[in-house]
Amino acid sequence: MPRLNSKEDLRALRRKIVGMRDLTMPYITLCSGTACHATGSDAVAAAIQKELEKQGLTEEVGVRRTGCHGFCERGPIIIVYPEEICYLNVTPEDVPEIISKTIKGKEIIERLLYADPNTGERMVHEQDIPFYKYQTRLVFSGNLWVDPANIEDYIALGGYRALAKALQEMTPEEVMEEVKRANLRGRGGGGFPAGRKWETTRDASGEPKYAIVNCDEGDPGAYMDRSIMEGNPHRVLEGLTIAAYAIGATHGFVYVRQEYPLAVSNLAIALEQAKEYGLLGEDILGSGFDFDVKVHRGAGAFISGESSALMNAIEGKVGEPRPKYVHTSEAGIWDKPSNLNNVETLANVPLIIEKGADWFGSIGTEGSKGTKIFSLVGKVNNTGLVEVPMGTTLRDIIYKIGGGIRGGKKFKGVQTGGPSGGIIPEQYLDSPVDFDELTKLGSMMGSGGMIVIDEDTCIVDLARYFVDFLCDESCGKCVPCREGLKRMRDILDAMVAGRGKEGDIELLKEIAVVMKKASLCALGTTAANPALSTIRYFRDEYEAHIKEKRCPALVCKDLISYYIDPEKCIACLKCLKNCPEGAIEGEKKRIHVIDQSKCVKCGICYDVCPPKVGAVKKISGKPVPPSLPEVERAIRKGKKRGGGSD
Amino acid sequence: MVEIDMKMKMQRVDEIIEGYKGEEGVLIQLLLDIQSEFNWIPHGVIARISERLRIPKSHIYRIASFYKAMSLNPVGRHIIQVCLGTACQVRGAPKILDRVEENLKIKEGGTTPDMRFSLKRVNCLGCCAMGPVVVVDGNYHGKITPAMVEDILGKYK
Repeated sequence: MPRLNSKEDLRALRRKIVGMRDLTMPYITLCSGTACHATGSDAVAAAIQKELEKQGLTEEVGVRRTGCHGFCERGPIIIVYPEEICYLNVTPEDVPEIISKTIKGKEIIERLLYADPNTGERMVHEQDIPFYKYQTRLVFSGNLWVDPANIEDYIALGGYRALAKALQEMTPEEVMEEVKRANLRGRGGGGFPAGRKWETTRDASGEPKYAIVNCDEGDPGAYMDRSIMEGNPHRVLEGLTIAAYAIGATHGFVYVRQEYPLAVSNLAIALEQAKEYGLLGEDILGSGFDFDVKVHRGAGAFISGESSALMNAIEGKVGEPRPKYVHTSEAGIWDKPSNLNNVETLANVPLIIEKGADWFGSIGTEGSKGTKIFSLVGKVNNTGLVEVPMGTTLRDIIYKIGGGIRGGKKFKGVQTGGPSGGIIPEQYLDSPVDFDELTKLGSMMGSGGMIVIDEDTCIVDLARYFVDFLCDESCGKCVPCREGLKRMRDILDAMVAGRGKEGDIELLKEIAVVMKKASLCALGTTAANPALSTIRYFRDEYEAHIKEKRCPALVCKDLISYYIDPEKCIACLKCLKNCPEGAIEGEKKRIHVIDQSKCVKCGICYDVCPPKVGAVKKISGKPVPPSLPEVERAIRKGKKRGGGSD
Repeated sequence: MVEIDMKMKMQRVDEIIEGYKGEEGVLIQLLLDIQSEFNWIPHGVIARISERLRIPKSHIYRIASFYKAMSLNPVGRHIIQVCLGTACQVRGAPKILDRVEENLKIKEGGTTPDMRFSLKRVNCLGCCAMGPVVVVDGNYHGKITPAMVEDILGKYK
């Protein structure tokens, strides 16, 4: 492939690629993100290959393995073109049928389509499925089409056009102004305007300047950066190169977590291809602009996602934050001006350059423009990645797109902003989601994790979980964060174990104030948010743990007991056989009883008891009822319960 | 035998070091490569890196003990990662971890005496839609329940 030397070369190449593609030809795309890998996408791909060979169709049918489509709950996902028929949860066994019926016979296989859980109505196209219907996929759209290992797929979709426009038609100042005017705010957590950040680095003295992508997506429960990097890495590279041009950076880094092996390998392929096509490296698109990018794999430390810590890590040092008297945008890597943006932020940049700040500004709310990708997970029916305009309400996201709460349970709250965020309760479901609204509610946007919790999640236990997570991830450099978190964890540990004391809630709040005021970096200053927001909205649950030694959600092990209701037990032996500790006593036709002294509260009996029977109960805050006398435990035929009681 | 093994190991270490020749700030990348090569970072290897790159051993130990992806102890033949990201957490991951710990009679971070399993707790593997998730040797097991733990572990001898 000869390298591209101008915008015209790029346009000619695009025409050539598009011209060579026959859009009427049958095509199969297969989602191959990490979640789909885990649910067998490789096996499905192999089956497609095998079947096409068997039926002699390898020439007539195209196959493409794309990135994540977002509906991970129902993967692997296949879309058959040109009809755009969408099949979910595809297994290798379904493949021969798809090829003979749908590809050859143009016949739709009903059982592989999405079925509406309420009406049972089947939906043929992806865009008709409620999960997709209410989304606005701008950043994520490429993931449906592009094979991340093939740069030509991205170019065919108009990829690198924005870079060509920036380099050939705009000055660096104009590029920066456009992004500033679009008011693109950082998608990684802080929400700081990207254009202003660029400007600081541009104006800072020192050479070379660095442009960096942050793909150290450490927030538990958020995985949109991973999916963009895996599924459409060129989009990120294009955004990064445009940023570098605006800033005047000649060197760049992509910081990506080692825990994301597929992202690391797809990124490496993309870098090589971009260089080969003259879209990265020296004299990009013949413009005279040079930009060299290296990959730095993160070695597993949540704190390394913080800007100054990340720069330390790139220098090969321990990834601890630096005091921020001087911003990294002025003195970052090796004390040179270094601009750091999140993956999703940069993936928005080509759109802004191509379609303009006015277009971008027409989407979203007053203070938050554009779309945001959320990872909608937890106790919701349709889990996956969801891209919506800023300002969409929580209710629309959770109920319209997410299909509501699993198993008909009651909604309790939604956790946003990861360990720095908070939990938003039901009364705020109609709040529009943007940077400022979430902050007002005591939570934050963060990187876009949205973990839905229902009545079966204990709020105190969840707060303890976040504190424990942060305790583990705190680098220990500053005292308020290191010691404050430990004390908070001690208090919450005691609470969930039934050792909570009066005054604990006030003590938690007091520690939180000090941590907020005196910690070195954002990890410490926001670490108390999960506890504070839950105290604000769910104080009664804290009090139940402290005063009544009761866990209302029936989660905290030390405060609950498992018990078999003799009225309901049918003596089916299921729990007895599955109990790993041999704590259940009984036999056929004899009501089962849990020996509380042996029970480790693993909950297996509760899980395996047939839902129709529902004999295994969890109780909290009251003693376990005494077991039945031996004579009453026999079940006689035709009677629900035998013995002397009837 | 042990000596030949060690010699080959060092040869491999040297090759990895050579690959980064002339670059700045490579220590973390280098140690990650060593980790994936040997599954842990042996003390002899640290001495070798220190000698070759003229970096104090204490500095290398500081890095290797700070980052979670690096291990200073030998690990078992199979590495189990139990995800405790928030999404897995609310779908019952703690019970899964308890079950694995009770089944193997080790705590997270530990290795079974027969070197069959090492158990790690990880904070989010980014496949939240499938939670709770357990990964054994890179194979993902999604939507698991405590009752499934024994069968999964049984697959890895």
